[in-house]
Amino acid sequence: MFGNMNALDTLFDELRRIEGGIDQMFGPRGTPAGIRSVARGTFPPTNVGATDNEVHVYLFAPGLDAKGFNISIQQNLLLVSGSRKLPVNEKATYFRQERFDGEFRRVITLPEDIDPERVEAKYRDGVLQIVLRRRETAKPRQIQIN
Amino acid sequence: MNDKQQVATPSSSSASSTAAQHSESEYPLIPPADVYQDGEGITLHLDMPGVSKDRLNIQADRNTLVIEGDVQIATPAGMEALYAEIQTTRYRRSFTLSGELDADKAAANLSNGVLSVSIPLRAELKPRKIEVKVN
Repeated sequence: MFGNMNALDTLFDELRRIEGGIDQMFGPRGTPAGIRSVARGTFPPTNVGATDNEVHVYLFAPGLDAKGFNISIQQNLLLVSGSRKLPVNEKATYFRQERFDGEFRRVITLPEDIDPERVEAKYRDGVLQIVLRRRETAKPRQIQIN
Repeated sequence: MNDKQQVATPSSSSASSTAAQHSESEYPLIPPADVYQDGEGITLHLDMPGVSKDRLNIQADRNTLVIEGDVQIATPAGMEALYAEIQTTRYRRSFTLSGELDADKAAANLSNGVLSVSIPLRAELKPRKIEVKVN
């Protein structure tokens, strides 16, 4: 029933493996890999964006409860951990089990000027968004010449 | 210097796409899936974080099931991606169906970014327990 599709998926898996190999050699998209960076495909996939005042961290972790996350900050490291236990249907025959199951933990290196006291997090549509604010003193200041 | 360009881009878009706006890939993300079959039919669970109900499109005909979704996440104006593992804002995955499945009766549910689709077996093909009457 799934014969042809399996062959095609195997091909895509192979391409993804090659892509992973290229990433290992050159770093993802040509940028050097951070000392705490992880392999592509680690759950949950994470994006980090920054503005002048804020840093936003997005963790694509669907199927969890907002209370299921453990978020902490140590110096400039943001630690997010949790567990996603997928219910297994004992009576069913599984054809595919690709989704992540188990404990996860991601460590994100933040810019140095983050204020650990002013952090907000929200969980929507399976995306955990953490908003961190930069310290006032870190913002660019005009210096007067006397 | 490039003021014109700055002005042209909407600065107050509260609901623009993902953090990685600058490097939109034309290839959609393939959402990871669990697929199983029980006595009732086939059930799929797909991880599609960032997709809301109104951004989801599921099409099923006799032969194929196509699942598409757009990621929509509020990002502040002028945000620059520092790091992006998700660089595409579109999910797409398709599956071939087989004749014993009744695609017309497929049901879907989206919860916290997980899409569940169940396609029942055609009624006449469902395993039935036959009662034996003894008179």
